[in-house]
Amino acid sequence: MTKLLEIKSVYAGYDNKIVLKDVNLVVKKNDFLGIIGPNGGGKTTLLKVILGLIKPIEGSVEFNNIDDNLIGYLPQINTIDQKFPIPVQEVVLSGLMSHKKLFGRYRAEDKDKAKVLMEQMGILHLSNKNIGELSGGQLQRVFLCRAIISDPQILILDEPDTYVDSNFEMELYGVLDKLNDHMAIIVVSHDIGTISSHVKTIACVNGSLCYHDSNVINQEQLKTYNCPIDLITHGEVPHRVLKKH
Amino acid sequence: MNEIIELLSYNFFQNAMGAAILASISCGIIGTYIVARRIVFISGGITHASFGGIGMAWFLGLNPVFGAAVFGVFSALGIEWVSKKTDVRQDSVIGILWALGMALGIIFIYMTPGYAPNLMSYLFGSILTVSNLDLYLLAGLCVLTILVFALMMRPIVYVAFDEGYAQTHRAPVQFLNYLMIALVALAIVLNIRVVGIILVISFLTIPQTIANMFTQDFGKMILGAIGFGILGSLSGLFIAYKLNIPSGATIIFSFVILFILAKVVQLSLLKLKRKAA
Repeated sequence: MTKLLEIKSVYAGYDNKIVLKDVNLVVKKNDFLGIIGPNGGGKTTLLKVILGLIKPIEGSVEFNNIDDNLIGYLPQINTIDQKFPIPVQEVVLSGLMSHKKLFGRYRAEDKDKAKVLMEQMGILHLSNKNIGELSGGQLQRVFLCRAIISDPQILILDEPDTYVDSNFEMELYGVLDKLNDHMAIIVVSHDIGTISSHVKTIACVNGSLCYHDSNVINQEQLKTYNCPIDLITHGEVPHRVLKKH
Repeated sequence: MNEIIELLSYNFFQNAMGAAILASISCGIIGTYIVARRIVFISGGITHASFGGIGMAWFLGLNPVFGAAVFGVFSALGIEWVSKKTDVRQDSVIGILWALGMALGIIFIYMTPGYAPNLMSYLFGSILTVSNLDLYLLAGLCVLTILVFALMMRPIVYVAFDEGYAQTHRAPVQFLNYLMIALVALAIVLNIRVVGIILVISFLTIPQTIANMFTQDFGKMILGAIGFGILGSLSGLFIAYKLNIPSGATIIFSFVILFILAKVVQLSLLKLKRKAA
């Protein structure tokens, strides 16, 4: 399988605080990787390293055969100013920024492409609405359109399941399953229960990164991965497995 | 009616109207950026910091607009740099620059021997005495601003909206941020002549806020802000002349009246919509 991205012994962090230690990761074509880990464990930092927003202190991030501009990115929604005067259609079009450079014009075909995507996501009727008027689920759909309008080979989603109901969550993972046919997907979530039934592999990030080559994981494994999070198992009746206390 | 026609034939009044219209255009565009990006406080800091430049220019016998421009642009770039490169809290830095600028201005003007310049005209503006040079500078600013937005409105808006995302697209985020903050400073400094240091912020925020009631689109908000800016400033100008009261303050006052009227219209439109639904 073609390697798209290889991270080799990366150390990264902010100022004098090292958050990621000796992280190694390979992302291949058609991968669907779930990244889990406690808050402050470095999940978002890892994404920022991959996206080129943070330069690693040590180690390397290599892209194989792809333009590193071709990463689709869906940021955490609470980082966005929802009162900003920008209509939905413009948000989606901003996903083509890297293709347009500074003085690039947006053509009719770009707008058509945005329309087709919005139609597929069921938000075409909102295209002239301001983002402030949307619900959490609608907003996530808008940002998903923005992330994939440039036909990326890797799609990165940072907690797409916050501020949405379980209905939308199901729909979202349905869409992601389809997208996975032609792009690798990396999704960060603190809700391992929902993601583990959709992703193919799991990585636990808590300072270091432990790669788990399957989507089934148990509490014991999480412990050995040094990943202190609650686990919800699949089954007829979902139940939470908690540590003894 | 005859009185208005007579008024329009005066050179000083033509200049004042020209200044009001040009100020509305440049402030309409830049102010929309300021309001959308929520940098009203930064703009206030730049405005007051530039007073230090005015005082220094008086002291050195230079053109005050030149001194204000240098102080304004450097404090703007400084605020942007400090907030990006260091972990000093941005609003504290603005507070310091704000006070420092005013203090420097007052000290320099006090130290200037001989004729003391009319401080009031810088604090509250003097649109009725704008010179041809002021008009040319304002017109130049309008051309520059329109050019920048005609060429780069989308990248400017996209970076202002979601800087982190723009970075993942390798957009020239830093260049655009510095360019815009410098333009903000220039717009503030040149428009100080029209409405003054204390009131310029209203030119940059009230028409934009009114436009924002009726549209959520950045481009349309600019056009709306320019329209409301011209309407408010021209009616303010006429009222000020008619009642013989300070023009800068009257313009702001008419902006606020417009704001209240717009709010009433907006609320009744909402009511109608709800009834129809």
